[in-house]
Amino acid sequence: MNDSQSSDGSASAREATETACWSCDGTVDVRALFCHTCGKIQPCRPTDHFTRLGLKPQFELDPDELERQYIGFQRRFHPDRFATAPATEKTHSLQHATALNEAYAVLGSSQSRALHLLEVHNPELKNDASTTIDDPELLILVMEMREALASAETAGQIAEVIDAATEAIEECQSGLTKAFAADELDLAQSLAARLSYLDKISDEARLKARSHLN
Amino acid sequence: MTLLDIHEPGETPVPHARDDVAVGIDLGTTNSLVAYSSQTSPEVLRSGRDGASLVPSVVAYLDDARPLVGVDARNQLLENPDRVVSSIKRLMGRGAGDLKTLAGTLPYQIAEDPDGGDGANKSDRMVRLKVAGRTLTPVEISATILDHLRERAEQALGKVVTRAVVTVPAYFDDAARTATRDAARIAGLEVLRLVNEPTAAALAYGLDKKAEGTYAVYDLGGGTFDISILRMHMGVFQVVATGGDAALGGDDFDHVIAEKFLAERKLKHGAESLSSEEVKLALATARLAKECLTDQDSGEWHVEVGGVTTQHVLSQSELEAAIAPLVERTMEICRATLADADVTAKDLAGVVLVGGSTRVPLVRSQVAALFQCEPLSDINPEEVVALGAALQAEALTQGSDMLLLDVTPLSLGIETMGGLIEKVVPRNTAIPVARGQEFTTYQDGQTAMAIHVVQGEREMVDQNRSLARFELTGIPPMVAGAARILVTYSVDADGLLTVSAREETTGTEQEVSVKPSYGIDEDELATMLRDSMVHAREDMTERLLVEARVEAERALLALDSALAVDGDLLEKKERDNIETGVAVVRQAMQGDDRDPINEAVEALDEAVHHFAEQRMDRGIRDALTGVTVDQLDENMKEPT
Ligand SMILES: [Zn+2]
Repeated sequence: MNDSQSSDGSASAREATETACWSCDGTVDVRALFCHTCGKIQPCRPTDHFTRLGLKPQFELDPDELERQYIGFQRRFHPDRFATAPATEKTHSLQHATALNEAYAVLGSSQSRALHLLEVHNPELKNDASTTIDDPELLILVMEMREALASAETAGQIAEVIDAATEAIEECQSGLTKAFAADELDLAQSLAARLSYLDKISDEARLKARSHLN
Repeated sequence: MTLLDIHEPGETPVPHARDDVAVGIDLGTTNSLVAYSSQTSPEVLRSGRDGASLVPSVVAYLDDARPLVGVDARNQLLENPDRVVSSIKRLMGRGAGDLKTLAGTLPYQIAEDPDGGDGANKSDRMVRLKVAGRTLTPVEISATILDHLRERAEQALGKVVTRAVVTVPAYFDDAARTATRDAARIAGLEVLRLVNEPTAAALAYGLDKKAEGTYAVYDLGGGTFDISILRMHMGVFQVVATGGDAALGGDDFDHVIAEKFLAERKLKHGAESLSSEEVKLALATARLAKECLTDQDSGEWHVEVGGVTTQHVLSQSELEAAIAPLVERTMEICRATLADADVTAKDLAGVVLVGGSTRVPLVRSQVAALFQCEPLSDINPEEVVALGAALQAEALTQGSDMLLLDVTPLSLGIETMGGLIEKVVPRNTAIPVARGQEFTTYQDGQTAMAIHVVQGEREMVDQNRSLARFELTGIPPMVAGAARILVTYSVDADGLLTVSAREETTGTEQEVSVKPSYGIDEDELATMLRDSMVHAREDMTERLLVEARVEAERALLALDSALAVDGDLLEKKERDNIETGVAVVRQAMQGDDRDPINEAVEALDEAVHHFAEQRMDRGIRDALTGVTVDQLDENMKEPT
């Protein structure tokens, strides 16, 4: 509980920390979601997805906690809570709810969570997910899996490809946990790229398994 | 008004609640309903005449008079088939060009486009119907049904109704959603929220039957099919995936049966050409056959065309064989949606049946087989959507802890080079959502860029629904590829899309923002709203009468309770005066004119004035009795 309060590593800490409430003109913290004076919903301000959902900016994530935080925030901010409110409050609520959905979607997948965490560490990076593979070992792995999938004919053979992809994905994920914990961002970046390719193959294999069933 | 001010000292007067109430409306292809909920117990509002909950979604246009809606309109089908419109929901947001793709013979007479525009424009324009010499859009016809539902609610509740949650098929596209919202506006209703029908049904099950876990909602209505997979937990309703077909429903069963009958005639009498009236009657017969065969093994029906009547025998198994391909189509969609949700039938806590067409035995048995469990229909499948909508209307206006998280049913994309589509918001994305995509110019000095917004799952533009075309102009001339144009798609909680585009590299940002239109432009809509105001004036008289009655009723209630407490303050003469006043009010309330009601209430108010003052005095005296001066001072210090 206390940990989330003491997340002082934020790069924007030196920027203005207070602003005026749009409704009552009272002073509010820029991070405030509701005005302390009049209680009105405050505009949705840019922040990273972890902060948005009140989570620690780390790769490891308990899915139940993500769910809990997301639902908890949506309960307060969803447009249904502001259905009879004035237009300004409706707009703020819509923007908060939109940002919460985006945060939930990005953090929900380990691959996009890894890329986002890299961005949090290095804002210059800006998600330049390169389309070429420069890691020769990854290149071979991807090619092998693709061939296996292309030649898989029985449900069992497709399942083997899915299992192999799943194993490689899990290995990648634990690698990412360690890399981020040790602040080895270059390693994290190459693992994130690897995860992207593995996710794609896994999706293709599942698709093939599904059409095989029908 | 003094009467209303009467309250015990120290007691807070009833907060001035809004007098109008919010209802839930299920605007269906075949039948529509309106429901109201208070204290999370929803109730379908019934006809004051026969107690029926369903309003057939049928409108009849007779000479000059106000259009008839519901049973009265349906009763005109035999006598005036050319003046009766049904199943109008199938045409909501549809362009004239879409009609070609609607299978079967249409029981509508389509109006020629007065502008006679070129082919492309023609299909973009919303279809118009010719009914009894009038040219009408599906939006106007739907507005007439909504207006009728609003009136029913006002009569049942004795209150003014101005706000509603209106349900739409989950698989409705942007055009059909916008058209529905506009129809409600014309009917004088503010739409608090458009809610997807299966989600509304889940809400009713979750809140009423306390259903928890992952459920599938199989919703087969008159003209649309939806399947939604939802997670329901502690008042949170999270849609995981949704699928469907906005042009597949029980109506299609009727079409198949009617076609079977007509094919049998053809064998005996050769080819015939049917008028749109004869088509309507043949469909009505087919519908009857379908309904009878729900609990009957076989039957015999008659079809009349050109004065020649033929007999047709149909058994339940023949019916099932005829509709089997349609039912199988819904099963395919179910399988695909389960896969989208990444669940199997075993992961589900249950499957809920919604919509009148789920009464068909073949549908029930197929659903049970696919989902490997007995489907739930504890809440009447024809009423459950309206009940859920009413619960949501209550939640939105009275506050609630419930949370409804829905998704986009169809992918939203943008046309790129070669007629291909780039998806901007994939289907089953949680709403509200905003996603951006960056584009650049492909010619040196290019100052404008055309943006084509499409909705659907197919790869090529012409296989999907075109929602909007617009142009971003004023891009500063640059070399090809230097401009950065950010196109953003935003879908709100009603599932409605707004698209904006902006050139980002230059200080002089050009921005356009459009809401897709569906073939009715703003001018036309303004005219419809104006026309509806003319009718609204007539309606307004009615409404003011309702209001006057409600106000009078409330005054009488307040007086009753005041008399019960302080009646002893009255002298005989004064009491007689008040009783006469009450009688006058009651009599005025019987009439259809609001002025006498208001006058009578004012007169009564006058007669009660002295009594009200005496009550006030007694109230203060009572409050002071037994209070010492010290205590009084003490009391004075604290603001009350
Ligand atoms: Zn404030």
